[in-house]
Amino acid sequence: MFIDFFYHLRDRGIPVSPTEFLALIEALEKGLAAASLSRFYALARSILVKRVEHYDLYDAAFAEFFRDRPFTAPDKRAEITDDLLDWLEEAKFVRQLTEEQLAALEELDLDELREQFEQRLAEQDERHDGGDTWVGTGGTSPFGHSGHHPTGVRVGGEGMRGSAMQIATKRRFRNLRTDRVLDTRQISVALRKLRRLTRTGRDEELDLEATIDATARNAGDIEMVFRPPRENQVKLLLLADVGGSMTPHSELVSRLLSAASNAHHFKDFRIYYFHNCPYETLYTDIARRKGEPTREVLDQLDRTWRCFIVGDAAMAPPELMQPGGSVNYFHYNDDAGITWLHRIRDTIERTAWLNPDKPRWWQSFTTHKIGDLFPMYPLTLDGLDDAIAEVR
Amino acid sequence: MSNTFEGTSSYIANPELREVVNVALTLQKPLLVRGEPGTGKTLLAHAVAEALGMPLIRWHVKSSTQAAEGLYHYDTVQRLNDSRFGDGDVSNIENYIELGPLGRAFDADERSVVLIDEIDKADLEFPNDLLHELDAMRFVIDETGREVVANHRPFVLITSNAEKELPDAFLRRCIFHYIDFPDPDLMRDIVAVHHPDVDRKLLKQCLDKFYWLRRQDNLRKHPSTSELIDWIGALIRSGLNPEQLDDEFPFLGVLLKKERDLTAMANVIDARR
Repeated sequence: MFIDFFYHLRDRGIPVSPTEFLALIEALEKGLAAASLSRFYALARSILVKRVEHYDLYDAAFAEFFRDRPFTAPDKRAEITDDLLDWLEEAKFVRQLTEEQLAALEELDLDELREQFEQRLAEQDERHDGGDTWVGTGGTSPFGHSGHHPTGVRVGGEGMRGSAMQIATKRRFRNLRTDRVLDTRQISVALRKLRRLTRTGRDEELDLEATIDATARNAGDIEMVFRPPRENQVKLLLLADVGGSMTPHSELVSRLLSAASNAHHFKDFRIYYFHNCPYETLYTDIARRKGEPTREVLDQLDRTWRCFIVGDAAMAPPELMQPGGSVNYFHYNDDAGITWLHRIRDTIERTAWLNPDKPRWWQSFTTHKIGDLFPMYPLTLDGLDDAIAEVR
Repeated sequence: MSNTFEGTSSYIANPELREVVNVALTLQKPLLVRGEPGTGKTLLAHAVAEALGMPLIRWHVKSSTQAAEGLYHYDTVQRLNDSRFGDGDVSNIENYIELGPLGRAFDADERSVVLIDEIDKADLEFPNDLLHELDAMRFVIDETGREVVANHRPFVLITSNAEKELPDAFLRRCIFHYIDFPDPDLMRDIVAVHHPDVDRKLLKQCLDKFYWLRRQDNLRKHPSTSELIDWIGALIRSGLNPEQLDDEFPFLGVLLKKERDLTAMANVIDARR
């Protein structure tokens, strides 16, 4: 059955290697799981799952796997059968307890609890609801779910007192998955990958090899040789759509902007704003009052730059395709938005578009047009990684 | 000296974490711990060393740290200098070999705990360069040909803030654990270790406010355990009575370290009043 578990995890997208699997078998042989499913859960996770981003996948895969199978530990002392999990699928009723009854429930420590749990599992052979000893629902036994015991091993179902321990169905690592939205720190980490190191600047670092070489040539009289430290050569331009349909994403976009602005490792970094589509002016403030002519901005840039454009790319077709199509009534653009986008791409070849909308919403005409021009990625950690790989 | 780890009087470990430490001890593999800042990753090494009565050797990794530094360092400059001025015994290279933290742990007569702190700070290749040494627990000093072999495989604890992705080959050799942020019950125990005499009502107020603050989505940096402990310390010293906390949020600056967060939260708190 453990071989099945191994392939099940791989099947669900967790990259488990044979080496790790053998380590798990070794751990089981040394008696580390001690015939308890909850300890097996922690043990297998610590050995097989090496990224917290995979914890949620693991929880889901674990629950799925052991829902259909009995858990048989190497010494066959206890099993959790599928029948048991079925019984616990739904709580039948919840007993109201008085203060005295609650207080009377002894608080067992975890090891005692496990021992009793396994013992009762071994003895139990039918469904129990509302009892006080057997594994069941709605009762005051420490085992089961929807119950009132202050500590306790929960088997499936929803906890009511929040103190039941260690169960995969809680899915408490759901928000650590990488395909979900990201925070400032995660963005900074991702942006660090955007670097190209070369030695430039003043000679500040001692070059030991060269020093020894020079000293030897100098007949043992020490001669120090210095070299310049390594420096990141990446120059980054960030263009951000603000206002209008981007408002729901403003918090997420501001996190990206703040992470990028705080990243000290770029050789040069510039940020400009636009509304829906960039035209002849790029704005230096979010309110779009102060701006610089796009042509002048582009003149100062060259092929060594990288560029991210952040926007939902969804707008009325004329805004992108026609002169004078700008969403701003008082603004007449002589060149169509798409012309300006072409100019940006011609200046900075390595440009990627980051779209905060979910990819399944990327259906609009303008999104397709822009997607033809720039590689487009969702604004998630995975998407950002892909975009960085694209422009690097 | 016992061989399993149960936490210590000053370090509260949840059952999952205890389990994982014991897995790493039994399988003799390095334990990689990740978690938010302030969840006690570094302290774990101290706790394990204390609980098992083993010496702790720390290796604090910086961006410029090279993997070889952990094994040994050959002080060529000193030797050159000595040869120039005729100091020391230049003919014996061994005199100029200094063992690094890992090297000392291998060479020691008893089993020790090695803490490799913040491994993600170093260059991307750093973990790969240590693969063989952590696996085999031995290395050769090239300059002298001496082989340093671990008499007792040290317990290696590695912490990471996930600033960089660690290589797969490295991850495969480790036991991994993510320290989840403590829930209020565990947090109560942790606070009790640092402030044993804290008023129960005050503690409940503090925890309610603290977890409320952590649920706010628009903060750039959420307060962590160490900030909570400092904050409660500040409240106790100020002699505030718990009722005052009902509608005030004193010393917010202890919890929030970023100017922007501080002003944003001050506004939210004012609005709630």
